[in-house]
Amino acid sequence: MSINVKVMKRPQGKSSYIRASLKGMALTFRHMVDPKTVTIQYPDQKKELSPRWRGTHVMETHEDGRPKCVACGLCPTICPANCIKLVPGEDDQGNRYPIVYEIDEFRCIFCGMCQEVCPVEAIHVGQHYENAEYTRASFVYDLDRLMKQTHPSTLLWDPSDPAGE
Amino acid sequence: MQAANNGLRVLDEGMPFLLVSAVKVILVFTVVMVVVAMLTLLERKVSAWMQDRLGPNRVGPGGLLQPAADGLKNILKEETNPAEAHGVFFTLAPMLSIIPALVTFAVIPFASPLPTPWGVTGMIVADLPVGILFLLAFSSLGVYGIVIAGWASFNKYALLGGLRAGAQMISYEIALGLSLMSLFFVTGNVGLPEIVYAQQSMNLWFALPFAVSFFFFWISCFAETNRLPFDLPEAESELVTGYHTEYSSMKFSMFFIAEYAHVLTVSALMATLFLGGWDIPGWGGDDMLGFGPDGQWIGAAPAWWKTILTFGAFALKTFFFIMVFMLVRWTVPRFRYDQVMDLGWKIMLPAALAAVVITAATVLALDSAGEPFVRVGDNGVRGTFTVWGGLVLTAVNLAMLAIVLWVMDRGRTLAGTGALDEKRAAARALARRRAELRQSPVRPAPAPAAHTQRVV
Repeated sequence: MSINVKVMKRPQGKSSYIRASLKGMALTFRHMVDPKTVTIQYPDQKKELSPRWRGTHVMETHEDGRPKCVACGLCPTICPANCIKLVPGEDDQGNRYPIVYEIDEFRCIFCGMCQEVCPVEAIHVGQHYENAEYTRASFVYDLDRLMKQTHPSTLLWDPSDPAGE
Repeated sequence: MQAANNGLRVLDEGMPFLLVSAVKVILVFTVVMVVVAMLTLLERKVSAWMQDRLGPNRVGPGGLLQPAADGLKNILKEETNPAEAHGVFFTLAPMLSIIPALVTFAVIPFASPLPTPWGVTGMIVADLPVGILFLLAFSSLGVYGIVIAGWASFNKYALLGGLRAGAQMISYEIALGLSLMSLFFVTGNVGLPEIVYAQQSMNLWFALPFAVSFFFFWISCFAETNRLPFDLPEAESELVTGYHTEYSSMKFSMFFIAEYAHVLTVSALMATLFLGGWDIPGWGGDDMLGFGPDGQWIGAAPAWWKTILTFGAFALKTFFFIMVFMLVRWTVPRFRYDQVMDLGWKIMLPAALAAVVITAATVLALDSAGEPFVRVGDNGVRGTFTVWGGLVLTAVNLAMLAIVLWVMDRGRTLAGTGALDEKRAAARALARRRAELRQSPVRPAPAPAAHTQRVV
């Protein structure tokens, strides 16, 4: 069976080259003399992020500087990208704390499920996106680095308040 | 007035002539190169504005130093030479393409003659008596660079680009030459200062009396400079970048400079031939030709301020054509190869021939009717054109141009976009066919809900 090729019949009387070109040139000329630029000059100007923007993680801390994390293991379990590494520890009073807590920002898909699942509101995704590095290894953020992040954390979507009011 | 004119001397010998010529060469070369560099920036800026962007704005105030940065980058970049490329020709090609583009500027007068203490010197690098013939010869030489680049690169895309450049140049060179023939009937001279003077003494720029020539020359110039809609030799979407696919660093940059130098030259040429060159309209003070063969000054007295003013007029006209080049480039999509050939051979060649014949007949008729087109510069005779002859030519040419445009339009040769209603009809028919196929008994019948939702 042959292949059906759609052949458009060009309407001879109605089509135009000269007029259409002139029309197009008028349009480009209008834009040239009056450009409607919407460019954001990135390093100088920055786009305002939505409060729900999910970016680089933040680990919340207590007043004495300890991480809020209780090493329950929910976030590495729910993480769909498998980017959180957690080694839990326990002190004399039986309080659990993370010995190792690392997030590979390269692997992370920034879904925000770690923040959603955290029972003590320790790990957050944040409103920050400028995390370029020179090496692959430096994309793995350890606990200290996560605690040092200063940017605001993300406001998650609340099912009881879908419009965010 | 006459006495003052007689006191003028021509500057054509001795040390001052050499010095003045050297200064002119250096000045013109520098200005052309700087303008070419600025054109690359202007093109990026103009395209950005047309597309509602900002364009380069980081280097220097408003991005003004961007060409310098680009040049520096291209000089410092590593050059790659394909192993299979032909060594000599691969290096020769960029030179061959840049030299004709720059050399042609030598015969274009860019201002009225300038009086110096040693005599009057024309504001033209080389006042060749063969003016336009030299120009035609060298502008067609430019394609050798492209063809050789395509062949020497050992790359099929580059070769295709070179082939297309050759075919295109041959097709459009004919119309280019033919469209200039009409001008020669009236000016009787191929020197560019003489052509400028003819326009001044006729008080009518040749864009009107030779409207058809102007139109064809313009189109041919687009083809000549290999710019959109005629950029088939480097068609990015089909041939990578065509003939300069294999070129890098400064060699690539030379092709780039050559293209913009070509644009500048061709714009200046069109301004000279059809918009009166350095003529300031409606002012007789700049109507000067220079020295006739007998050493007699022809035209108004030169002055340095007139030179500056006329240079301004020339620059403005050239800039106008450059802007049109850019406007067209960022508006009109590329022709198909067959369209290019159709336009060149089926429309422009016969139409240009017909225009030459009709213009010649008109000139002959005017001549018989006592409206002579006196040859300028012959034995020091001044042009005695009257504007009436020009107006008759204008009427004849505008009528011809209307016919040409009417034929070119209406989709007879260049099919434009089809009318929307027919496209819609075709799309509807296709959708209906698909819907019928879906309802064929072989397949399970669709659920009723989905059935009602289907848009036919």
